[in-house]
Amino acid sequence: MGRQLLLEHINVPGIDTFSVYRSKGGYASVEKALKTMTPDAVTEEVKKSGLRGRGGAGFPAGMKWSFLDRKSTKPRYLVCNADESEPGTFKDRFLMEKIPHILIEGMITSSFALGANTSYIYVRGEYMYIIRILEKAIQEAYANGFLGKNILGTDYSLDLYVQPGGGAYICGEETALLESLEGKRGNPRLKPPFPAVAGLYASPTVVNNVETIAAVCSIVNMGGDEYAKIGIGKSTGTKLISASGHINKPGVYEIELGLPVEEFIYSEQYCGGIWKGRKMKAVVAGGSSVPILPADLILKTAKGEGRLMTYESLADGGFATGTMLGSGGFIVYDETACIVRNLWTFTRFYHHESCGQCSPCREGTGWMEKVLHRIETGHGHMSDIDLLVDVAKKIEGNTICPLGDAAAWPVASAIRHFRAEFEYHINNPEKVRNPKHFELETVLA
Amino acid sequence: MHNMEFSPEALALAKKIITRYPEGKEKSALLPLLHLAQSEFDGWLSTDAMDYVASLLSLKSVEVYEVATFYSMFNLKPVGKCLVEVCRTGPCWLRGADDIVEHLEKKLGISEGETTSDGMFTLKTVECLGSCGTAPMLQCGAEFYENLTNEKVDELLEKLKNSGKRSTYMKDQRVMS
Repeated sequence: MGRQLLLEHINVPGIDTFSVYRSKGGYASVEKALKTMTPDAVTEEVKKSGLRGRGGAGFPAGMKWSFLDRKSTKPRYLVCNADESEPGTFKDRFLMEKIPHILIEGMITSSFALGANTSYIYVRGEYMYIIRILEKAIQEAYANGFLGKNILGTDYSLDLYVQPGGGAYICGEETALLESLEGKRGNPRLKPPFPAVAGLYASPTVVNNVETIAAVCSIVNMGGDEYAKIGIGKSTGTKLISASGHINKPGVYEIELGLPVEEFIYSEQYCGGIWKGRKMKAVVAGGSSVPILPADLILKTAKGEGRLMTYESLADGGFATGTMLGSGGFIVYDETACIVRNLWTFTRFYHHESCGQCSPCREGTGWMEKVLHRIETGHGHMSDIDLLVDVAKKIEGNTICPLGDAAAWPVASAIRHFRAEFEYHINNPEKVRNPKHFELETVLA
Repeated sequence: MHNMEFSPEALALAKKIITRYPEGKEKSALLPLLHLAQSEFDGWLSTDAMDYVASLLSLKSVEVYEVATFYSMFNLKPVGKCLVEVCRTGPCWLRGADDIVEHLEKKLGISEGETTSDGMFTLKTVECLGSCGTAPMLQCGAEFYENLTNEKVDELLEKLKNSGKRSTYMKDQRVMS
């Protein structure tokens, strides 16, 4: 097991309470930042750390912070994006449930760096029990002088609130999240202006993912340079990976970026290999939005190099033969999984979650769902395959927010790598009418 | 007609929630208050309930309707005492979510989207709930029930039926307090 920065104390009984968390060195970054550093010095450490946004886009967090309009006379806000909804992703939920104080600590240290005196944690509504856990942690932090007026006797004050969402994947997009936090429909905004200039209540705002904010604690404690030594190249630090699907040990794992993909899948420390002694067929490495890769391409790049768990290595080969680290939602498919049915569930998801603002996404996701349902249930035509590719192309790049791309990429990649499986469905309508077609065939073989 | 007013405790909580936002930005309290209304008014939002929330925040009714209709957690029709929501997106499907839905339909004698005749259960399928590593799963109120098998589902239905309580996302008033 590599370095554990976020989950080091995960198995300590009572780590969800303030006293135990504090006894394990918790809130040290708040003390260090507020008592010995300037806000800009904290931002500088985050820049030096090379930390990249852990929500999925991988944008350098320090750079995002530096864009904040510091000349504005309006109040500034830090908003934590805890609207985790990307299929295959459940790491933020795990972290908030088990170690809620690491998020509260990161929020205080980060809010100080940004000069925010009011901050919000926007949690997807379905995680209502997590909201209860966070609110208890926040109350403990207030009671111990880490929130409220004059924190630790300094002149820095911060109020922190939890906001529930109402059930909408799109609110994970930062401008939709801000709209939702303002009490509106979660329709993404046209950019510019970016939130750093006009975000929450048209004030300068930074929106960061749960894991990004939690990582700030370690960065401030150890220093940005030390943090940057972990990992490889521009993929620094540790990353939480949500592992699901046909593996022996689904769960959340903290890895040092740079771990070989093969080791992550087959090592007993992590996924523990493919379940039921079966073979691996495919992997979606970074949440449902990223391109699916067949087993050989997830283990090795097209050039034959062993693939690593880094932003760069997973992207090697572009979309032709590569994928993305994304949110770290790592879904593994065994040889019995039907790629068409999987894709149908994904497009149904995007159709359900499209906000409806841009017609290519609103209409296109619906058409892709319908056509895939037709193919999967044995009513497809050979021309449907190219029709899907065409619809996906017409969505990609033609919408206000990335949901359109997120819906198009899985379709394009599944057809790119598994076209024969789509053709099989169209040529064998009777067989695929049994919803468990591939599973049965393998069992019978 | 319901008497569309919050209990004194819920009203106090609503007023407290409204103070979390800067002056003039009280509309931000809309989602929390809709959740509160849903838990106060039998698990769904009637037009009267939404109008009441509008009055609390000095909003036009349409500002509440347009928001309530956007988000999937707000029920715009009555639901059974226990709203059983089964995730069936990719990762849950891989681990047998379809079998769980089929079992529930058989057990409850209803199809997805329907409510049992005794008004006890409504069965709904939903998209990813962030429980992919513990699939298959279902949500009932604020609780997640994970790593499901048919046997576990049977036990759960029995337990819910015996308790006879309405499941809500806000199990008690401490949430969001």
